[in-house]
Amino acid sequence: MKKFLVIAIFFSGAALFAQNKNQKTEIEVNGVCLMCKDRIEKAAIKNKGVKSAVWDVNTHKLSVIFDEGKISTEEIEQSVANVGHDTENLTAPKDAYDNLHPCCKYRDEEVIQGH
Amino acid sequence: MRKMFFIVLFWAISSSIFAQKVVKGEVFEGAGNSPLEGVSVYWNNTTIGTITDSKGKFELPFDGRNHELVLSYVGFKTDTLHILEPTELKHWMVEDNSLEEVVLKKRKQTSFRSLIQAQNITHITSAELLKAACCNLAESFETNPAIDVNFSDALTGTRQIKMLGLTSPNTLITVETIPTIRGASQSFGLSFIPGTWVESIQIAKGAGSVTNGYESIAGQINVELQKPNKDAKFFLNAYASSDQRYELNNHLNFKLDDKWSTGLYLHGNLRNHAADNNDDGFMDMPMGKQLNLMNRWQYTDSEKGWVGFLNLHFLTDEKEIGQTHITDSGHDEGHGHSFDDGWGGLIETIRAEASVKAAYVFPDRPYESIGLQTSYSYHDQKSHYGVQVYDINHNSFYSNLMFSSIISDTRHKFKTGVSFTYDLYDERLLLTDYKRDDFSTGVYFEYAFDNLDALLLTVGVRADYHNRIGFFITPRVHAQYTLWERGTLKGSIGRGVRSASVFAENQQIFASSRTVIIENSGGDIYGLDAEDAWNYGLSFTQGFNLFDRVADLALDYYRTDYVNQVVLDLENPLEARFYNLKGNSFANSFQAEVNMSPLQRTSLRLSYRLSDVQTDYLTGRLLKPLTSKHRFFVNASYETAFTEKHSQWRFDATYNWLGKQRFPNTQNNPVEYQRPEWTPPINLVNAQVTRVFNHKFEIYVGGENITNVRQNNPIIAADDPYGMYFDTTMVYGPIYGAMYYAGLRWKL
Repeated sequence: MKKFLVIAIFFSGAALFAQNKNQKTEIEVNGVCLMCKDRIEKAAIKNKGVKSAVWDVNTHKLSVIFDEGKISTEEIEQSVANVGHDTENLTAPKDAYDNLHPCCKYRDEEVIQGH
Repeated sequence: MRKMFFIVLFWAISSSIFAQKVVKGEVFEGAGNSPLEGVSVYWNNTTIGTITDSKGKFELPFDGRNHELVLSYVGFKTDTLHILEPTELKHWMVEDNSLEEVVLKKRKQTSFRSLIQAQNITHITSAELLKAACCNLAESFETNPAIDVNFSDALTGTRQIKMLGLTSPNTLITVETIPTIRGASQSFGLSFIPGTWVESIQIAKGAGSVTNGYESIAGQINVELQKPNKDAKFFLNAYASSDQRYELNNHLNFKLDDKWSTGLYLHGNLRNHAADNNDDGFMDMPMGKQLNLMNRWQYTDSEKGWVGFLNLHFLTDEKEIGQTHITDSGHDEGHGHSFDDGWGGLIETIRAEASVKAAYVFPDRPYESIGLQTSYSYHDQKSHYGVQVYDINHNSFYSNLMFSSIISDTRHKFKTGVSFTYDLYDERLLLTDYKRDDFSTGVYFEYAFDNLDALLLTVGVRADYHNRIGFFITPRVHAQYTLWERGTLKGSIGRGVRSASVFAENQQIFASSRTVIIENSGGDIYGLDAEDAWNYGLSFTQGFNLFDRVADLALDYYRTDYVNQVVLDLENPLEARFYNLKGNSFANSFQAEVNMSPLQRTSLRLSYRLSDVQTDYLTGRLLKPLTSKHRFFVNASYETAFTEKHSQWRFDATYNWLGKQRFPNTQNNPVEYQRPEWTPPINLVNAQVTRVFNHKFEIYVGGENITNVRQNNPIIAADDPYGMYFDTTMVYGPIYGAMYYAGLRWKL
């Protein structure tokens, strides 16, 4: 009986602190076109622990399914920013943004208007 | 039968091995021909989209739900195109400040190769199927160079298809990925699927996917049927031809609520005229009738992730063959004729099928799904060819349970599952009964890798146990690599294994006086062993621009090597001898194909095919008989622009040149019953004109073999059908000659 209790407590504890292997989140990522989409999704999925990444060109939302035990939302955001795309909390490094295809310069008002 | 019911609870399914259809296109700047890179192309109100590459090209999946394709680019007007089917299009973006009208030029590509999957798959859309008379599936391949369509004999009018130079039993034919044309239906099954029921066809050359079983050797043909929630509410097709064949097709589809749809599909055909153009006393094609009914139920709940199909299919078919004078007296007495009557035959088939498919996509994990498919068929054929009686009854049960998911992320996908097949055959040939039950069960795993750049790789393996073949492993590998801009290389290696139903697959030999001999070698299938082969393939595709429009070139090379084959040896004109392969048997197949559009709304397909099929027979290594080594193929089509009322003219023509074919040896026959070593080459021309009046109504007229090419004396010893030399299997070309037809299509 004692053993059973120990096991039960162990499992309930494990359940409490369990990290969701299929955590879903949405991150706001700036971008304008489908070339951006390709780049954003590739950057996100190349992270270990990210299972699926889909960016919506209209809503600018990046839907990610990832393993919380392996990666955090912040790390995913960082990887997306590193390839040149601003996220809700991070600004992309200048050189990464400058390297973007002219069509993808989402900070440029004219480019946004064009899409 | 009772055994069946115990096994029935073993369930299954596979989701389609064939990926989606696509819309491809090229985008240009203004009025010129400079490609526009980086143009956003996406389905309106979805996240499905892409951007054009440096050549202005894009490719997007087409799922049939979204029809508004948006093209946008900074400094240019955003355009929305209405796309109703997978096509290839060209689009010119107009600068935002210019007042010129949007110039839209679109080329429908009705048949195309997939570049979004590793297998070498050609998609044939329903628009392509409308290019030919196309009354049933057997006739659907006439505008496709990858498949050869031959007549199997001079009596039954049966079209036999060949892929990579190998007859159809070597190709796995599935209907919505359920293996369907096998066993008893192998000879006539293609004529049991009416053309109007077909939504699209996918032809996969070389080793197939392990998810659909171990049987495919030369390739796989999958047929997608009309879907009740997409097909027209009402569709009527009537057809009549100069050889007095009449066909009627009717579809009725109902949407019951937002989840359920159902469809009723009816087909009837009739030919009650005995035609004998070559005056040999035998009908050039059988008289007959077919009644064919299908009821489909479709369930879709996209919110909860459930999709399902239920299919019920029933048909009766009757073919009367033989001498024209005997057919007048009727065949109602049943089996057998007295010699005094003359030579006649009757083939009566009843077939019933039921299948269920269900698939569940996990709503929180869109990359994960589980599917189950299961089917049962009953096939009963009673026939006599002269005094030769052949009956076959085949009960078949199939089920496949598949789980699809990812490994770590969506670049690494896999499919795994278990499948089960049970076949109960009961055959009677003359006075001998052959009864056998085959069951096999297996597990499979298929891994697909996409590096999101240039490489696609699919590695599959299955392990099966078959009660007559034992335990065996079937590995299959496919790879696709993008070498450079619009240049793609594909390769594949795979094994195929099958138990040959020697009589059902070769029924044409019964329409001859040949003695059927099986060299018993102690095997478990008619005393023979299972067929076992390896297939290797390489394919290269290059897209380019010609006449300012897209064009492509495809080169394919495939080799099939048999480890064991059930050889049908017809080299002695008095025998049809079956034996296990002693030595080598192989098929080399090379194909070169160019697709282009020389003028607006015109398409031209040119193709050359080489088949080198050789087998070690008892008399030495010989080319496979009645198989042309060389074939040229040209298909040209032109359509006028749609008017405001959506009216249009469509023109289509196909030219086929088949090189000489080897006749089986007839040297030991009396001189008048001998055939030369080679057949002459043959030229065939088909043409069709379609007049579309509006969205609802169109009529078509056409001709097959309009240059009236005919094989003289297709029947050996037609004057002595009960003599020892009578043979109707020596057919290399058309028997009837030119045939003209007309039809209408009406939908609401």
